[in-house]
Amino acid sequence: MTNADDMPVLRMQGICKRYPGVAALTDVRLDVHAGEVHVLMGENGAGKSTLMKILSGATRRDAGDIFVDGRPADIRTPRHARTLGISIIYQELNLIPHLSVAENISLGHAPRTPLGQVLGIVDRRALRARATQLLGELGVDIDPATPVRELGLAQQQMVEIAKALADHARILIMDEPTSALTGVEVEQLFAAVQRLTARGTAIVYISHRMEEVFRIGHRVTVLRDGRYVDTLPIADASIPRLVKLMANRELTDHYPRRAAVRGAEILRVDRLSRRGILHDVSFTLHAGEVLGLAGLVGAGRTELARAIVGADRADGGHVTIKGRPADRRSPRAVIASGLGFLPEDRKQHGLVLGLSVQKNIALPNASRLAWCGVVRGRDERAQASRWIDELRIKTPSGDQHALHLSGGNQQKVVLAKWLAGRADIFIFDEPTRGIDLAARWDIYALMNRLVEQGAGVLMISSELPEVLGMSDRILVMRQGRVCAELHGADRTEARVLQAALGVAS
Amino acid sequence: MTPVAAPHWSARLARSGRQLGTLAGLVALCLLLWALTPFFLTTSNLLNVLEQTSINAIVAVGMTFVIISSGIDLSVGSIVALAGVILGSALQAGWPVPLAIAAALAVGTVCGLVNGVLITAGRLPPFIATLGMMSVARGLALMYAEGRPISGFAEPFRQLATGRVLGIPAPVLITAGLYVFAHFVLARTVFGRYTYAIGGNEEASRLSGIAVRPYKTAIYGVSGLMSAGAAVILTARLNSAQPTAGVMYELDAIAATVIGGTSLLGGEGTLVGALIGALIMGVLRNGLNLLGVSSFVQQVVIGVVIIGAVLIDTALKRRRA
Repeated sequence: MTNADDMPVLRMQGICKRYPGVAALTDVRLDVHAGEVHVLMGENGAGKSTLMKILSGATRRDAGDIFVDGRPADIRTPRHARTLGISIIYQELNLIPHLSVAENISLGHAPRTPLGQVLGIVDRRALRARATQLLGELGVDIDPATPVRELGLAQQQMVEIAKALADHARILIMDEPTSALTGVEVEQLFAAVQRLTARGTAIVYISHRMEEVFRIGHRVTVLRDGRYVDTLPIADASIPRLVKLMANRELTDHYPRRAAVRGAEILRVDRLSRRGILHDVSFTLHAGEVLGLAGLVGAGRTELARAIVGADRADGGHVTIKGRPADRRSPRAVIASGLGFLPEDRKQHGLVLGLSVQKNIALPNASRLAWCGVVRGRDERAQASRWIDELRIKTPSGDQHALHLSGGNQQKVVLAKWLAGRADIFIFDEPTRGIDLAARWDIYALMNRLVEQGAGVLMISSELPEVLGMSDRILVMRQGRVCAELHGADRTEARVLQAALGVAS
Repeated sequence: MTPVAAPHWSARLARSGRQLGTLAGLVALCLLLWALTPFFLTTSNLLNVLEQTSINAIVAVGMTFVIISSGIDLSVGSIVALAGVILGSALQAGWPVPLAIAAALAVGTVCGLVNGVLITAGRLPPFIATLGMMSVARGLALMYAEGRPISGFAEPFRQLATGRVLGIPAPVLITAGLYVFAHFVLARTVFGRYTYAIGGNEEASRLSGIAVRPYKTAIYGVSGLMSAGAAVILTARLNSAQPTAGVMYELDAIAATVIGGTSLLGGEGTLVGALIGALIMGVLRNGLNLLGVSSFVQQVVIGVVIIGAVLIDTALKRRRA
C-alpha cells in the first residue's frame, strides 16, 4: 500500500521541543505516506505524545519543519491543523454527551438550510444524511439521532473518527485507540481503519500492543528518550527487534514473579456489598502474596477496591485489617492502618499534578514529617530523594511538577507515596496500564520486593498475561461477585476467561 | 540519577517569575505616578497608601487560602460589618479591649466555619454557601446595630489605628506581621500544604488520607477570622462601627488575590502575590485620587487593570505550556 517513491503526505524533520528542565524532543523526524498505517512506538516519555501534540497544533515546536503534501506548514493551533487535514483522536474522547451523534459529527460546520445560510438554521435532514453516510463509510451501524452519552466507548470512538472524516481529515492520529476496547470492538475498529487507508487516509497509530502493530501496521517508527531511533517496514520488524529499539535492552522474561513465604492474614473482606454493584464479596489476603483480581471491565473490581479503602460507602459487610475491624467512613483511617491504594486513574485520583514530585510523595505522611504542624523541609527532601533514586523516577529534581512526568514515572510517584508512608497492604488497580516496558519491569520487581518483605498485594488487572504471570492466587469477578478463586495449576488463561465470561468449562 | 539537592533553577525562576512580573507592574505604576504628580512619592502619602491598603490586604489573606483551596468566599465584606458592630457594641458596653476584640474575632471565625460546614457537610458549592452568608451576616449586622453606626471609642482602642512605632502606622505593622505569619503557615506547615493539595486535586487528596472536610472547614474559618481582623482595624480607623461597612470588599480581595497570580481554579498562588496585588489596587486608587480623577472613572480604570493583569498572566502561562 505504501510506495516509497511517493511524496509523503506528511514530513516532520528536525523537530525539537523543550519543557522546563526536560528536552522532550530532539531532532525527531517522521514521514507518513497516504494510505499507510504508520505506527509510532516508544516507551512512555519517549516523546510520542509531544510529537503528536505538535502535529495536531496542541503545542508548538521550538524548532524543526513540517511539510504537508510537500508544502511547509507552520502548524500553530488545533484549528490550523484541521484545515490542513490533520485530526487527532485522543484516548479521552472529546464529544459533547447530550448532543446527538449527527450533531457531534458536524459540530462547528453543520449544514444549513438555504434560508439558514443567513440565519444560521441547521438543515437537520442534511445533518442526518451526512452522519449516516460517514458512519456507513466506516462500516458501523449507529443511529445518528442517538445522544452520544448513550453510546459505549467503542461507538463513541467511531463517532470521533466520523467527525474527523467530516473535517476532511487526510492524516488521522490515533492515540492508543484500543486501550479500553473489547476484542470484538477492536476488530470493528481495525475494519474501519482498513477502509480509511483504502481510500488514501494516512494513519499515525500509537500503541503499546505488539500484536496490533503487526496486525494493522505498514511501517513503524521508534522513538527513544525524545530522539528518533529508526523507521522500518513491518515486514522487517519483530517483537524482539522492536523491544530492543525501544528499550535498548533485551527483555526476556516479562513476568519475573518470585514466590515468597506466605504469612499471616492481613486483610479480610467479609460479605462486602454495595447495592447494584457489589454482592457479598468475601476473600482474604495474606502477607507475602500477590492476589490477582481478574474480570471484565465493569465487573466491579475498581468499585471493590474503592469500597475497601473507604472511598465509596458500602451498604453491608466488614473489612478486617490485621485483625482489627477497619473504619471505612473515609480513606483516612484505612490508610492509617497501613493500606496503600494505587488508583486506576493516576492523574485524577493518584496525584496532585500541580504539586511537585516531592510534595506528592509527602501527601499521605506530611504529618509524620512535621514538627508542631511545620513540615521539616530537609526531611521531606531527603525522603523524596530516597524514593526517586530507589524507584528510578526520571525527573530533573523533586521540585518538578508531577504534571511534567511521563505516565510511568507518575505511577512511580504514586507508589513512592505509599512506600514512604510505610504501607504494607497494597491495592494496585491496573498498575501498568499505559506504561512502557521498562517502567513495567520496575513495578513488577517492586511488587516482588514488597511481598518478600512481608507485604500483601491485591492486584487488579485487565491484562491476562499480567494476572497469570504475577499472581500467586487469582480471584475472578463477574457482575459484582467473586465467581472463582484459582490456585496453583488452575491458574490458566482458559479458566480465568471462563469464569470472567460466565461460561461453563 | 541522583536528584539535585536544591530546587532546580529553572523551576525556581518559573515560580518566582510570576511574582517578579507583578512586582515590576507595581514598581512601574509607582514610577508613573511619581512622574505625574509630586505628591505621590512623599513619606506621608506612601504611609497613607499602606495604611489604606491594610484592610483589603488582611481580607485578602483569608481569600488567598480559600481560593488556593479551589473555593471562593463572597461573605468577607458582610463578616467585616458583623464583626465590626459586635466589637463596637462590646466596647461601648465597657468590655475590656482585648475581650471585645476576641469576641469580634470569634464571631468572624464562627461565620467562616459555618461557611465551611455548609460546603463540606452540606455539599453546597462555595459560591452559594458564601453568597447566603453574605446576606445573612449583613442582615445580622443591621439587626444587631439597628441599622445605625456605633461610634466613639476610648483612646486605648483607637491606638490600633492611630498608634505609630518608629513612625510606621500600627495597621501597617499589624498587616506586615500577619503576612509574615500567614506566609509561613501556607509555605511551611501541614495546613498550608494540604490547602494546596485540596485545591489541586481534592479526590486525590482524600484518597491520600488527608482529612479533606476538617481542613476545608478550617480554611473558611481562617477567612472569617481574617475578615474580623480587618474589621478591628477598620473600626479603630473610622472610630465607628457601621453595619453597612465592607460592601464590595469581597471583590477587592478577590481582585488582589487574582492580580497576585492565584488561579481561581485552585492549587496555586502565594500570599506575596496577594500582597502585591492589594498594593497595586491601593496605589492605583491613591494615585487616581491625587490626579483628581473622578471616582466613576476610577472604577473603570481598576476594572481594566484587573482584566489586564489576568490577561497577561494567562498569556504567559500559555507560552510556558
